Parts: sequence; structure tokens; C-alpha cells
Amino acid sequence: MTEGNGRVPTDIVKRAIKPSVPSSELMTPGHLACQGCAATLSMRYALKGLGSETVLVIPACCWTVLAGPAPRSAVGVPLLHAPFAAAAATACGVKAGLRARGDQTTQVVAWAGDGGTFDIGLQSLSGAAERNEDIIYVCYDNEAYMNTGIQRSGGTPAHAWTMTTPGSSGSDLPKKDLDAILRAHHIPYMATATVAYPEDMVRKFSKARQIKGFRFIHILSPCPPGWKTEPDQTVRLSRLAVQTGLFMVYEVEQGKMRLSVPVPKRKPVGEYLAGQGRFKNFTPADVEAVQKSVDESWARLADEKA
Amino acid sequence: MKKVLMGNHAAAMGAMLAKVDVVSAYPITPQTQVVEFLAEQKAKGAFAGQYLKVESEHSAMAELLGAATAGARCFTATSSQGLAYMHELLHWVAGARLPVVMVDVNRALAAPWNLWTDQSDSLSQRDTGWMQFYCSTNQEVLDTVIMAYRIAEEVHLPAMVVLDGFTLSHTYEPVDIPDAERVDAFLPRYAPSQILDTKTPLSFGALAQPKEYFRLRRRMAADMKRAEDVIMTVGRDFGESFGRRYGLFDAYRCDDADAILVTSGAVGCTAKAAVDALREKGYAAGNLRLRVFRPFPADALAAFVRPGIPLAVIDRDYSPGGTGIWFEEIKAALYSREVRPPVYGFIAGLGGGDITSELLQEAWLKTLSGRAAEAEASWVEDAR
Repeated sequence: MTEGNGRVPTDIVKRAIKPSVPSSELMTPGHLACQGCAATLSMRYALKGLGSETVLVIPACCWTVLAGPAPRSAVGVPLLHAPFAAAAATACGVKAGLRARGDQTTQVVAWAGDGGTFDIGLQSLSGAAERNEDIIYVCYDNEAYMNTGIQRSGGTPAHAWTMTTPGSSGSDLPKKDLDAILRAHHIPYMATATVAYPEDMVRKFSKARQIKGFRFIHILSPCPPGWKTEPDQTVRLSRLAVQTGLFMVYEVEQGKMRLSVPVPKRKPVGEYLAGQGRFKNFTPADVEAVQKSVDESWARLADEKA
Repeated sequence: MKKVLMGNHAAAMGAMLAKVDVVSAYPITPQTQVVEFLAEQKAKGAFAGQYLKVESEHSAMAELLGAATAGARCFTATSSQGLAYMHELLHWVAGARLPVVMVDVNRALAAPWNLWTDQSDSLSQRDTGWMQFYCSTNQEVLDTVIMAYRIAEEVHLPAMVVLDGFTLSHTYEPVDIPDAERVDAFLPRYAPSQILDTKTPLSFGALAQPKEYFRLRRRMAADMKRAEDVIMTVGRDFGESFGRRYGLFDAYRCDDADAILVTSGAVGCTAKAAVDALREKGYAAGNLRLRVFRPFPADALAAFVRPGIPLAVIDRDYSPGGTGIWFEEIKAALYSREVRPPVYGFIAGLGGGDITSELLQEAWLKTLSGRAAEAEASWVEDAR
């Protein structure tokens, strides 16, 4: 590194900065994501934690497009595109194929959206989790079928607007508690993360990589076109989702849950909901209902701890 | 070494001799014993490959998509509803040009529930890009599984080895089990050039623009056509190594025949008995048993038929709104040719009904006398 290149003050360079997020890059800037896409940032951090001995399996989702059309690829690791319902099974197959070649170390990662995880891919995900297959499964959850143009999925929160839940009250169904379903599979490791806490996200991927068996990582992934937000709000919303208590950031290892980002004093959920076009029809009563459900889940958590 | 084996075990034995790396499977009647046998051999330490249990046929084939892309030789078996459930993956694996081999044990599709043999399950996968081989004996099942790997790996297309539910799958026959070392010499290890490898990071299955997609499909069509020659070469090599030679079809007493039965699968064996019975009655009957449905051996068939010698095509399948599937394929294959004998179709034995020697003789006699309908297949049932 040349000192004093006019951008970095010399004294800082001399102090030999140790970045809190690894400076290695396995993702290239040539992806096809929308501005402010958290799924893109998440992949960048995930690969920093996973390293180059990784194979990605991606079912139909935004990332099918983001990765780039043939023969280009935005990731510096092997990538296998897979059918919508079969991310987990395809990943298990890749692991078996690598084993057959004598490769025991390469990490296979299924990388799916919420539609491919909560809905169409759930059977295959459950099978792989139940058999404790040696793969990491990641769900980047942007809370609707965004790639096809914003339709409701099992990950869509109650009353959110989507193209298939139009009208003033939005979806009348609550978000499926996928994490509870995964916990019931008693897998060795599961975690949640958002791009607002990159060190935490990278650490979770490096940690997951060291563990054998089925690992699940759930990322809340703001989507500006689908959430009707500005691209520069992605990190802020990721943080607010955590600080309001709507999205808990935690790890579960061998059945033991630990909050990774404690929230001693939760902000009102209204701060998170406001400014998101998908919630623009929310009445004060709707906001209150969300607040009530968040308060209840934290009370349950406190009870469990006690 | 000769052993008495049921068709399902002959199929599994073929996969073991082919030294498959990965088996991923889900049970369904009447295929179940194929995967049970492999699980048992695995438990006994006689099978060195990986045996993966999954939660559905869709996942079984998805696992093979992953494993084959990582460079493994892959096997599975299914039947009927299971094959239908796999349908999406069949297109995927063929488009990805992966030489997966699968055994399908023919069984009718619901509704209503039916467990017995019927070719509608495999024939309805016609346009997925899989080669399809129809077997008439348990020996042929074992041999064809081994040959299928060599053919598939040469033309980079998956192959389906088909046998009749119960009629072959659960019937014991003497089977000569080839020597493992000689199978190794006949079938070298699978060594694909492009695989999932972190040292050379490649992307597989990424979005292709219309021009690229068109060219890829055209290349697939050319390789499917090329497969006809490869099947012949591999069948001849197999004959040299093991004493049993296979081709695109198996002609029985056809040289001087006045009319020819056209059959597939185990019905092909019954048809030989029907031909013998007709010959004893003084009729010049013959049987042409087709072994390969995809690629459809149109050129070979056109070269085989003779002017004015009618064909009696037996279909244990039916395309609603169309007619017998083999019947349609054969007519389409001959339409543009100079020699175009009359072709008659007979739909028989759907849902596992017996296709007896008597029924086949009746079809042959109707064909000889020109009493069968020409445009549409006749529905025929065994009277007993």
C-alpha cells in the first residue's frame, strides 16, 4: 500500500488499521441488483465469512438474476442454479458429489429467498434439516416474491401491501414463524442477521462454517422496490427492525438461544413501519397491533429465560 | 455367474456393477425393492457408493442434479406418480447435459389408483430430453443399466431404463451377472471435464439469452441423434465383452413375415410366443420389439420395413385426444419415406391388464386381413 495517496491520512495507515469486516472480496461489483438491495450486501458479507472454498446453490429468486446471465458471474465461487423447490436437496446432492470426489472440506451453501424457503422449498428444507445434512442454508427474507414483482409469500408480514394483497388492508395473514419450524428440527446451529450489523453477520458465517451438520441462517433483507422505500434506507431499516424488536438477532447452538444484539430499550415499532410504502395504509390501530405482538414475543422470550 | 433374480434386483445389480457414486431415492410400488436392495448392500458393505434417503422424488432427482454437477456417477429408480412428480427435474437434468441413469418401473398413473404395469408414466416423459430404453427380460434390465452409463456419458444425456411393473419387476428369472472386473474394463470411470470445483469457479445453469438457448437445444438435438449410433456401438461392444449383443430393436422371424407385430417391454417376449403359435397354424408372422423410444430409431425403422407388409403396433399406453403413443411415433417416422407399409394400432392392457399370446395373435390376424381401423388404434381386451 502506498502511503499518502491523498485519500487516506498517513498517520491512520501507520496505525495499521485492522478492519472489523475482512477486506477480502469474493463478490464482484458487476451484479444486477437494484440499488439498496440488502440481498447483495448480505452475499458480500456471507462470502467474506465463508471464504473461497464454497459452492453456492441458488434456486429461483432475485439472486438468479443478480448473479448475472451466462457466461458471467458476480461471485468468485462455483455456483449451481437450481429449481425453485429444490435448493436444499440440490445442495445436499452437491455435498454428496464432492464427497464422492474425496473433497470433505468445501462448504456447500443453499442461498434462497423467502418464497423458496417459507413456501415452495419448505419440504426439501425440512427433509435436509431433519437428516442433519452437512450444508448451510441461507434465507434472505425480503418478505415477498420480489423477483416476480412483489407477490405475497409466507414471509410477508400482516397487512403489508403486495400485488396479490391489494386494497387498503393488505395481506390478512401473519408472517409464518419459520424460525420456530427450524428450531423444532433441533439442528446444530441457526442464526438470524441483518446488514446493519456486518461484523455480526460475517462472524456468524465464519462460525457456521466451522460447525458440522445442518446450519440455517435467516437474514431480514430490505428491498427498496418491494418495500417502497428509498435505497439509502436499507441499512437504517435493517437496524430499526432490530432496535424496535421486530426482528431478533440471535444464535441457537445445540438448542441454546443467545441474543447477538441485545435490545435493552426497544424503540416503538412505528419508527420502523413509517416511511415504508408497503405499510402506508396502516392505521394507528394496526401499528398498535404490531407493537402488541412484538411486546408479547419479547415477554415470551423473558419467560423462557426465567 | 448365473443367479435367479427379480427384475428390481437385476436393476439394482446393474447400478452396483456400474459402480455408481451416489444413489438418491424414494420408495414407490413396484420399484421399492430396487432401492431396498441397494440400502441392504450398503449396510452389508457390498456397495461402496453413497446411499441418500430423501423426502420426495423431486428431491431425489434434485440431489442427483447436484451430485452429477459435482462430478459423481448417479443412479435412482422410480415409478408412476413418482416419475410424474420428478418431471420438472427431468427437463433440468437433461438441459444440464448430465448423464444420470434412472430405472423406471412402469405403472399406470392415477386417478383412479392402480399399481400395475402401463407405459403411460415413462412415455409421458417423452419430451424431457431423456433417452429411453425398454427391456423385455431381467437379463436385459441388468445389461441395459450398465450400457446406459456408457451411452449417457458419451452423449452427455440422461437415460431411463424401463421395465414392466410386476411382469418383470417382481418376476424371478435366471440372470447372468457379469464379472465386475470386466464391467470396469467396459465402463471406465466417469471423468467429466466441467464440474463444481472451487479451484475453477464456474457458474452452471445461469440465464441464457434466446440465441444461446436455441443453440444449446440444437446441440442437444444433434447429440440425441448421434446417440442412435452410440447405442449401436455400445451394444456391439457389450456383445463382444459379455456375449449378449443389443441394438435399437430386436427382430424375430420377420424376414419372410406377411405382417409384423411391433411391441416393446415384456410384451415383446409374449409376442415371440404369439409368432410361434401363428407359425404353427401356417401363418408367416413376425415380431419387431423396439428397445429404444428416445432417440426414436426412425431411420433404422424405415430401412427395416418392407412395402406392403403391414405393422401391428401394440400400445400399453394412450395419449388422450391422440391415440397409442408408439403407433403415432411409428406413423410419423414412416410418413415421409418412400416405403410406407400400412400401420395398424392396438391399445391393450392399460392399468396392467394381461396382453396374452391370444390377444396378440388376434391383433396380428386383424392386421393381415386389413380388418383393423387404420386412422385410430383399436381398443382390444383379452376376452377371458
